[in-house]
Amino acid sequence: MTASFVQRMARVMLIPVLAVVTALVIGAIIMLIFGDDPIQAYRGLFGGAFEWGRPISTTIRKMTPLILTGLSVALAFKAGLFNIGASGQFLMGTIASVAVGTNFAGLPAFIHLPFAILAGIAGGMIWGAIPGILKVTTGAHEVIVTIMLNYIAANFVGWTVYAGGSQGQTPGPLWDPTAGAVSETADVLASAQIPWLIGPPYRIHYGVILALVVALLVWWLIYKTVLGFEIRTVGLNMKAARYAGMRVSQRIILAMTLAGGLAGLAGTIETLGLNHKFAPEFSGAVGFEGITVALLGQTHPLGVVLSAFLLGALDAGATRMQFDSGVAADIIQIIQAMVLIFVAAPIIIRSLFRLRKPANDVESTTTLSTGWTG
Amino acid sequence: MTSKAIWRRTSIIGGILAVAIVIMVIVVNTTGLGSPLWLRVLFGVSALNFTLRAAVPLVLGALSGILCERTGIINIGIEGMMLAGAFAAFVAKVATNDWPLPASLLIGVVAALLVGGLMGLLHALLSIRFRVNQIISGTVIIILATGFSAYLFDRDAMAVGRFSAIRIPILADIPVVGNILFDNPPITYMALLLVVFVHVALFYTRWGLRTRACGEHPRAADTVGIPVNRYRYVNTCIGGALAGLGGGFLVLEAVGQFQEGMTAGRGFISLAAMIFGNWNPFGALGASILFGYTQALQNELLLAGVTTIPRQFVSMLPYVVTIIAVSGFVGRVRPPAAEGQVYETEGTVR
Repeated sequence: MTASFVQRMARVMLIPVLAVVTALVIGAIIMLIFGDDPIQAYRGLFGGAFEWGRPISTTIRKMTPLILTGLSVALAFKAGLFNIGASGQFLMGTIASVAVGTNFAGLPAFIHLPFAILAGIAGGMIWGAIPGILKVTTGAHEVIVTIMLNYIAANFVGWTVYAGGSQGQTPGPLWDPTAGAVSETADVLASAQIPWLIGPPYRIHYGVILALVVALLVWWLIYKTVLGFEIRTVGLNMKAARYAGMRVSQRIILAMTLAGGLAGLAGTIETLGLNHKFAPEFSGAVGFEGITVALLGQTHPLGVVLSAFLLGALDAGATRMQFDSGVAADIIQIIQAMVLIFVAAPIIIRSLFRLRKPANDVESTTTLSTGWTG
Repeated sequence: MTSKAIWRRTSIIGGILAVAIVIMVIVVNTTGLGSPLWLRVLFGVSALNFTLRAAVPLVLGALSGILCERTGIINIGIEGMMLAGAFAAFVAKVATNDWPLPASLLIGVVAALLVGGLMGLLHALLSIRFRVNQIISGTVIIILATGFSAYLFDRDAMAVGRFSAIRIPILADIPVVGNILFDNPPITYMALLLVVFVHVALFYTRWGLRTRACGEHPRAADTVGIPVNRYRYVNTCIGGALAGLGGGFLVLEAVGQFQEGMTAGRGFISLAAMIFGNWNPFGALGASILFGYTQALQNELLLAGVTTIPRQFVSMLPYVVTIIAVSGFVGRVRPPAAEGQVYETEGTVR
């Protein structure tokens, strides 16, 4: 039993692990071509990501929102949907949680904090539900709608914290007047802040526990409930699901709504736990990274946690790498793009390492959502 | 097609709106009607000049999308191709700063086309040869272009000089329109000509018919002997080159320098323009002008001191309009039928 589990794990993890290794090698080659020293760069990168103390805590801090945006994209994938909108949902979650967190002074923390978290989840859910509903009712492709919603969200949150212009434009409703000309919200009230698990300088908050619990919940939902079974069936074969009497439309809307909620929660805990306020330069980029996290994790919640840790480590180590070796931190993005290529095109990895194709390759990611009409 | 059916085509709505704006500009600027402030804000010559400048990269990006998607390859990577083109143009321009200006700029244009085309080739390779989901492949293109252009960007480098306006004699003397349309730098003319060119190529040549066949029904195309995947490769490369040219416009004509992430979402507005224009070159031009106009409007409102409309809501408009268009609330757009599907000849062993 255990042997077969280990074997299965090894088989599932083979492609992602080889993908990461190959991407790192290609990153090194690129550095060599452009006259950088890869050995020193990687020493800085791994030191800055995994050394005990500040580095590892930075990795954990960076990992936390990635787990949730990765889960968001992965859950949508399970239903055959491509959620490119995690960054918009992230922002809407952020702004909803800030709106609650900066208001309602006097509420006790055990009411205020859950209230703010739920508001953030709801903000993301609404932003996720829109593409789901539009897909089901009008056939509008979720990729187009979520891309557009990302920009609508970015503009909307930009407006809510807008400081007004020099010519007396109306400031946004969440702008903090004491910030002067700076566009940002006030600090979230202490009663709505997620407490530290390990305080400064390590700055790890309870959000990381929350993210791990949510990952477990998503795993349970997808693999252990009827609902999850139906969502997966819809994703694998919509016609079969309909033929089996499942309410396909409802499941699609639900999957997108939950995906939105997860990305919204990512924004929420990032705000209530770490930043304690919102300013437009806190972008939803982690939402975009969620795509890489989900695919590297083979859209499995456990895989998502592992790949979020890895990508969080890359983000965390990049600063130290640049400082130690002078290699621009942006090389990380190139490495991430390579990882994405190799996990999305296992053919390349298989031919590179002379691997055979597994016999039962059912849930291959390449069968995901096809055309705009699909 | 009944008269009602015409109104259900967003590309036509977009075109009519664009024409209406142009007519208003002429009326406002040639008659005494232009005295109220709001009319000058909405339809002043400067607003339309800005509109055209904003529309050029959008229309080039949209044409790029049209070429790819009409053969059946989804292209959400326009943003990345554009950014790569912009960066390539900048690098080439900086490397040839000592050359005579026209030659150096020309090298910049060639570099933008070439690198954009290479990004297109990568997208085609991933989606055709390696059967990567085309949306993931587009995402890869974006991340890769962002990463490479930031990693290789030398912040001390300066490009010297950029394209200046070429006044077309006689035509430029037409009141209002002449000034706006016929007194522009070369890439702007090129973009407008390309709209006509792609339209003719797509709808009136054998190549165009075959291209559309590959996007609508690859099996049928293959049956009559059209090499589907070869068409897809070629069109995606040309598409990438056009998006690259859009990036080249930003560096060589609009700004004169490169900044990290300087495309700032223009690739995605291009995608929106392509969809809103119903995958037609002229529809895309109409949509690009409309979307460019919303950007111009933000500027004009700011200059005129209008404070009641937050600029963020104006800049949301292209995205809102696109969602409405794909949802079919006003008009219905229809993408090529076989988009995003890998095509394999029958009998190919996987």
